[in-house]
Amino acid sequence: MTQDLDTFRSETRAWLEANCPPAMREPIRSEKDIVWGGRNPDWAHPDQKLWMDRMAERGWTVPDWPTQYGGGGLSPAETKILREEMKRMGARTPLNSFGISMLGPALLKYGTEEQKLEHLPRIARGEIRWCQGYSEPNAGSDLAGLQTWAEDAGDHYVVNGQKVWTSYADKADWIFCLVRTSKEAKQGGISFVLFDMASPGVSTKPILLISGYSPFCETFFDNVRVPKSQRVHDENKGWDVAKYLLGHEREMISGMGLDRAGGNPLIEGAIATVGLDDQGRLADPILRAQIALFEVRMRAFSAMSERFLDELKAGRAHPAQPSMMKYVGTELNKQRHELIMAAGGSDALEWESDASAKGARPRAWLRTKANSIEGGTSEIQLNIVAKRILELPG
Amino acid sequence: MPLYLNDEQTMLRDTARDFVAEHAPVRHLRALRDAKDATGFSRDLWKQFAEMGLTGILIPEASGGLGLGHVEAGVVLEEIGRNLTPSPFLSTAVAAVEALKGTAHADRWFPGIAAGDAVIAIAHDEKAKFGRAVALKAERAGNGFRLSGTKRFAHHAHAADLILVSARTAGSDTDAAGITLFVIDPKAAGLDLRPERLADSSLAAHASFDGVEVTADAVVGEIDGGADPLGRLLRAAGAGASAELLGVGAGASDMTLGYLKERKQFGTLIGSFQALQHRAAHLYSELEVARAATLKAQQLLDSGEPADEAVAIAKAMTGLATTLAVQEGIQMHGGIGMTDEYDIGFYMKRARVLAEMFGDSNYHANALAEAAGY
Ligand SMILES: Cc1cc2nc3c(=O)[nH]c(=O)nc-3n(C[C@H](O)[C@H](O)[C@H](O)COP(=O)(O)OP(=O)(O)OC[C@H]3O[C@@H](n4cnc5c(N)ncnc54)[C@H](O)[C@@H]3O)c2cc1C
Repeated sequence: MTQDLDTFRSETRAWLEANCPPAMREPIRSEKDIVWGGRNPDWAHPDQKLWMDRMAERGWTVPDWPTQYGGGGLSPAETKILREEMKRMGARTPLNSFGISMLGPALLKYGTEEQKLEHLPRIARGEIRWCQGYSEPNAGSDLAGLQTWAEDAGDHYVVNGQKVWTSYADKADWIFCLVRTSKEAKQGGISFVLFDMASPGVSTKPILLISGYSPFCETFFDNVRVPKSQRVHDENKGWDVAKYLLGHEREMISGMGLDRAGGNPLIEGAIATVGLDDQGRLADPILRAQIALFEVRMRAFSAMSERFLDELKAGRAHPAQPSMMKYVGTELNKQRHELIMAAGGSDALEWESDASAKGARPRAWLRTKANSIEGGTSEIQLNIVAKRILELPG
Repeated sequence: MPLYLNDEQTMLRDTARDFVAEHAPVRHLRALRDAKDATGFSRDLWKQFAEMGLTGILIPEASGGLGLGHVEAGVVLEEIGRNLTPSPFLSTAVAAVEALKGTAHADRWFPGIAAGDAVIAIAHDEKAKFGRAVALKAERAGNGFRLSGTKRFAHHAHAADLILVSARTAGSDTDAAGITLFVIDPKAAGLDLRPERLADSSLAAHASFDGVEVTADAVVGEIDGGADPLGRLLRAAGAGASAELLGVGAGASDMTLGYLKERKQFGTLIGSFQALQHRAAHLYSELEVARAATLKAQQLLDSGEPADEAVAIAKAMTGLATTLAVQEGIQMHGGIGMTDEYDIGFYMKRARVLAEMFGDSNYHANALAEAAGY
């Protein structure tokens, strides 16, 4: 067993060395460096496509999914080794997608065989970009209060309503969407449907954010026809799928608190701005102490994250644990970016200059302020931990 | 190795949990304190630990121990922490055993430790804050050495059968090389041990060495090569103290959660107030993170991989998390939390002592920064 894993590790290392283009081993500097795939992919560098395709061919964009759905069929131990080897060489994630981190796991659990075969391989190859239609103007934290109405019209639904905060709705090809199919019960009247964003009646309107980017939208549905075959799980049982998917979303978001491949921008940035004193310490002792204590928490959290994945694979993780991970990971990521800004001083404030890579630093800092809001706010995560893990009353 | 306890380790934890809770719950500490017990821990209890095999947990089977690892030692230490059990377990069964392992002293001392007859203390600190400097001098004299200088914060030293002392045989105070580790008889001429009672009512000694003479065979490992056994000792002690500290935090948090579920104000359980729920959930999160960091350090030690950084992270993180746990513990108990009659204050005191032992959070965060080059 260990022998096999050793072999797997050395073969994986060799394959990655041979196939990961040098440009894909550079740290991620801005949004442009992230690959989302889709029908109209936006390649910032030709090696992005090369790297994604090579990984997809081995099923390694989704290493632990079954091979018939485009995955690599790797065991948990092998998946862990692949991640470690990628991190070791600073390899970028070949493909980021809501399909991989959110919809995929939900389809694997709740989808029909046809739905799996139709959607999963295309997610694995980065062909379809997905967006998430959960939130509405009056249903944010109180998500089950959503009003978007799906009228039963025989073999299909007719969907009317409005979503908000739909990340990348204007760039996405398909949406996974929560709709109301019954007004009788709040959580028990929701269904989970999939449809093409090119369907007649779907329109989107971008919203400008504090970072100056507008990655998310208001999304409107005006008599959109959605075949019932595109409903995942039973009618009015969409809340189960939604919650399961949210667990994966939270776990994914919590990963933002972690050490990423390729150097440590916080420490390197701080050294570059304030310099080292004659004892080799950051010349600003208070900043140094803050960074050191942050690193303690971040690296301890990294162990927590490893433990969670190990427990998950072994089927022994508490289902509410992703809430805890999300809470800690996102608070840490916000803190990291506060420190990056503090270390950068006025350099980090430049909004458009070349020196700041078109303002990548301040924009990334502003973006992290959403970490404790998106996917359920920190307050909601703490509510969940208190009630479901600690079993506090009320 | 997955980052959770395997089945055998879980069984050991359950055994240790029942055993410690039955034989040495917080009442045991309270009774020793009220009696102003001069030893500071119970020799009978130490013997019972031995009967369970626990004192020999890290001692190889060939030398009469259980031959287990740091994860297992941590499992026991967590229960010791949870019950605030006064015990020389950390210094003797963990720190000293690791330091002596593979040296000429193992054969002499391991059977006594495994049998619960021997208690070993560590004399390494020289200042009020744990640090790397070792100034206590060991000068060659005949075919032995003569030790002069002072040590402090040496737990159980006044009641120990043996003391492990770090001393300077070459170089200057802050050099890593030139340290030698010695075993010393606590009754040696010229050694003055002055036990002081600490906030948690345990006893730690100031030790002054006034030309204490030892023969060459008192050296542990190599002369000037003390960094080796001392490194083993400090890594084991760091991981072990983290586990014990985690247990203190977990115990305080259990008590606090229990209180939130039983105390009523405004006609309702206080645990239903969201302000308290959020703080309890935050505390839970911090402790879980500390738990994962501690297990990571223990697993790395057991697999023989480099563990210095993981130990530093564990000790720093448990320091932060447990401090929060005891502070929130008292606050959420309200006035009763400030009374001597109620146990939560004992957790506050022990957490502070353990946080200081073998380096506090700042010390270890600093070590991590130095290792990362800033
Ligand atoms: C960058 C970003 C991307 C997003 N992407 C998507 C997406 O792709 N698809 C999608 O559907 N949604 C998306 N969202 C929406 C996100 O899920 C919601 O913003 C979030 O759930 C909070 O809802 P709200 O904004 O309506 O805030 P509200 O629910 O109005 O909350 C306001 C404040 O009240 C607090 N609060 C509310 N209820 C409670 C309670 N019970 N106890 C304590 N405090 C409470 C909240 O924590 C918050 O601080 C995104 C949001 C952001 C910021």
